[in-house]
Amino acid sequence: MHIRTFSRLGRFTALTAAALSLGLGLAQAEPESNDPIKLTLHDWTGQLITTNLMAEVLKKAGYNVELVQADYLAQFAGLETGDLHVAMEMWETTGREAMDAATATGKVENIGPTGMKAKEEWWYPSYMKDKCPGLPDWEALKSDACAEAFSTAETAPKGRYLGGPVTWGGFDDERVEALDLPFEVIHAGTDAALFAELESAYQRQAPILLWVYAPHWAPAKYEGEWVEFPEYTAECYTDPKWGSNPDMAYDCGKPFGEIWKVGWAGVKDKWPGAYDAIKAFTIDNDQMGAMITEVDLDGKTVDAVVADWMGRNEAVWSAWIK
Amino acid sequence: MAAVGPAETARAGWPAAPSRGLVVWIVALGAFALLWANAATLAPWAQEWPRAWTPRIAFSISAFMRWLVDEATSGLFTFTEFTRFLSALVEAPYRFVLAILSTGLLSGQGSQAVQIAPPVSWAGIIGVFVIAAHAADGRRLALLAIACLGFILVFGQWDSAMVTLASIVVAVPAGAVGGLLLGLAAYRWRAFERAISPVLDLMQTIPIFAYLVPILFLFGFGPVAAILATIIYAMPPMTRIAVVALRGVAPEIRDLGRMTGCTPRQMTWRVMVPAAMPGLMVGVNQVIMLSLNMVIIASMIGAGGLGFDVLSALRRLDFGAGLEAGVAIVALAVLLDRTSQAFAKTTVQRAHADGAGFATRHPYLLAALAVVVASFLAGLVLPPLARWPEAWELSTGTFWSELVRWINVNFFDELEAVKNALLLNVLIPFKRFLLGLPWLGVALLAGVAGWTLSGFRLAALSVALSTLIAVSGLWEEAMTTVYLCGLSVVFALMIGVPIGVWSADRPRVWRVVQAVIDTLQTLPSFVYLMPVVMLFRVGDFTAMIAIVAYALAPAIRYTAHGLHQVDPKLIEAGRAAGCTPFQLLVKIRLKLALPEIMLGVNQTIMLALSMLVITALVGTRDLGQEVYIALTKADTGRGIVAGLAVAFIAIIADRLIAAGAARARARLGLSGQGGS
Repeated sequence: MHIRTFSRLGRFTALTAAALSLGLGLAQAEPESNDPIKLTLHDWTGQLITTNLMAEVLKKAGYNVELVQADYLAQFAGLETGDLHVAMEMWETTGREAMDAATATGKVENIGPTGMKAKEEWWYPSYMKDKCPGLPDWEALKSDACAEAFSTAETAPKGRYLGGPVTWGGFDDERVEALDLPFEVIHAGTDAALFAELESAYQRQAPILLWVYAPHWAPAKYEGEWVEFPEYTAECYTDPKWGSNPDMAYDCGKPFGEIWKVGWAGVKDKWPGAYDAIKAFTIDNDQMGAMITEVDLDGKTVDAVVADWMGRNEAVWSAWIK
Repeated sequence: MAAVGPAETARAGWPAAPSRGLVVWIVALGAFALLWANAATLAPWAQEWPRAWTPRIAFSISAFMRWLVDEATSGLFTFTEFTRFLSALVEAPYRFVLAILSTGLLSGQGSQAVQIAPPVSWAGIIGVFVIAAHAADGRRLALLAIACLGFILVFGQWDSAMVTLASIVVAVPAGAVGGLLLGLAAYRWRAFERAISPVLDLMQTIPIFAYLVPILFLFGFGPVAAILATIIYAMPPMTRIAVVALRGVAPEIRDLGRMTGCTPRQMTWRVMVPAAMPGLMVGVNQVIMLSLNMVIIASMIGAGGLGFDVLSALRRLDFGAGLEAGVAIVALAVLLDRTSQAFAKTTVQRAHADGAGFATRHPYLLAALAVVVASFLAGLVLPPLARWPEAWELSTGTFWSELVRWINVNFFDELEAVKNALLLNVLIPFKRFLLGLPWLGVALLAGVAGWTLSGFRLAALSVALSTLIAVSGLWEEAMTTVYLCGLSVVFALMIGVPIGVWSADRPRVWRVVQAVIDTLQTLPSFVYLMPVVMLFRVGDFTAMIAIVAYALAPAIRYTAHGLHQVDPKLIEAGRAAGCTPFQLLVKIRLKLALPEIMLGVNQTIMLALSMLVITALVGTRDLGQEVYIALTKADTGRGIVAGLAVAFIAIIADRLIAAGAARARARLGLSGQGGS
């Protein structure tokens, strides 16, 4: 129920702001501006944790912080005009195009990597290994028996691969063609639909092959693994000659990507200290994965998990705001 | 001919038309068949518009948008400054309401803001609503208010619900009053009606996602942009219904107003609007319902509240939490709708009871103030009265997730069989058929339909709009849209109209039906969409379930409303003439209710098209998906082009149906004499 706690968080911060600024703010350097720094919240847990963590750290440094809910990609309109200031998670794998368009205007700035790496690939539950024994090697998918095992009435005799929403890109249609896989790519419309199908199949121990990404709660909740494609290189996507198919690009797996922090270009001038802190922020996949699991599967609140991390890692975050 | 007005006769064409129409249809179908068979080889451009010929409309719109945001200026101030001023106008009342309901009066901003005065506590707000409900309609409504708000409170939705309520409190009056004013203008000036009709269609049918990006650019990020989008979306039905309701005012009343020497202003506000009030309230009902329907999308651009809770619960596949937040939205809708309806009735009555209203309302106002003050003081002594303790909150926990799991594990194969049968035998063949048609042929047929139903102008409009869709390079997506929405509308009407007929003269049934359709229309589709995905996988079938569930409401509502409105004297006359109940229904009641039912069909189509945004979320490949892609890439031009294509489909459908309805009315008006 961590979402409900957000509105509560707002109230909580309102009431304790004075205490904070008296108790801690004076100990630190004065913030350059008392205007609130607006950080955006999206609708997945990892991002909520990252953003709250950053917000708490900035508050410790005496800054005025406001958390605003905004859509992952629509937020760029706000970042360009300066209505919003910082977005803590912009995934290389899904947000690159929008981010490039925004930074090209000169009004949005890439504030550097978060330290987390986005992993995205074809994924299957472990029980599918019995029906398609060659996995996780991608060559196993080429056999008709494997395709059959993953097929549905609509796609038979081809296998069914549930890809991400069209908007995520990912070149799965091209990949299937380049690697000559007997599979049909069906695009889920949203993240929620994607995992609803996984949940459904997992409950029935039914066949499913789909796009899963990390950091996310799904790889922690469901037992399974990623298909191992030929490793991604930049040439694979641009040069047809690379890889097993001499005539087509995309004959490899998906890239690992940075998760970036982006912000309004004016942040640097208005709150230089906060800008440095945001730039310094880093956390790795394992720590984040553990926190997401605590929230989504163990039912803890985001606040509690963030406070817990802050308590255990004081040396880490106090270095960011020096 | 007596029952048919001159304008409708002119639009419907003369009775000789059918024979002429028949010839035209035969010729047209012949030409169409020839085209279909040969287009691919002889004239490929007639089958599929060549990519190279597609003008870069989308690019130009995006460039214009950039200019508007960055450079446009009137000399004194820039265009962006102007729009920001407008959003400040909306923001002020919103902040005020939000302060009362949720945040309390704050000094300062962000996390350093200090609360000067607390918000009205839950006890105070429930108290005020109960008093208002009692004032409007007595004890029953007061109990309903307690039930609705009690649910929200006990299930821990209070904070989010107040945020949502604040934006509704600002958006609904703006939408209702704006819609009424447009309706009055359209009623008074035919030219204005003709000018505004396509604008209304655009407002209602361009998917919200298409204009979300420009709104964000111009009006800034956050709740204000969401409120503006809500108003744009929720206002058109109010205008339409206002026009119909004003037209429906009995001529005697109008004559009376004229005879007593009313000025035009008195005529409007003292005679016409009160007399049209029952019809207008249907419009207000729609504004409330549609505003609450926008809650999910509004939360995507920073409105927060219950919509955000629904979205994030479903991302965790926590169906129970999603349903609780969704039902909280429904509870708000029911409460606001019933209370406003009741108030409308009492104000009409009071207007007749010559101005005793103020004196009788006074004690309620005082009582409401007293409750607010008392609840504040009581909250100081007893904190649970100010904030409902978390420990007392209820939750359905994992019950709903478990239920879905149980159905999934036990019945998936049966459901899959039903789905596959429908998909393989109906949906996919129809889709293939539509996608295989040459665009030129379809445009031609739309034109012929327009010509035989109405005349040259409608024919020209239909051909022009269809051609524009083809030229924009979105023909395939457009045909997928027609297939998905067309089939859904057919299903919705097949289910909805009989239910409307059945429940119209059964008040008890009607009350239940009304509750169900209100729920379907306000419960965010997302709440049931994800369980449906679990049972039916992503794709067209799931999308269709969502569209039918949502578009069902107007089919039922307008049918029943139309039947209600039939003059009892005419039914009595029919009964006296010895009609059987079936004859009574078909020959008198349905016939007279036809204009309303056609309005219902029209609204069903509009709502089906407005669901495209949601269906894109379960992986359809139609215009909705195109709009959604444009949104995620913040591509103003691409979104608007796709949005306009949706609107064109809607306008063609709307005009053809309106013309068909006019013809049907003309024919029915004649059938008493000849019967052929």
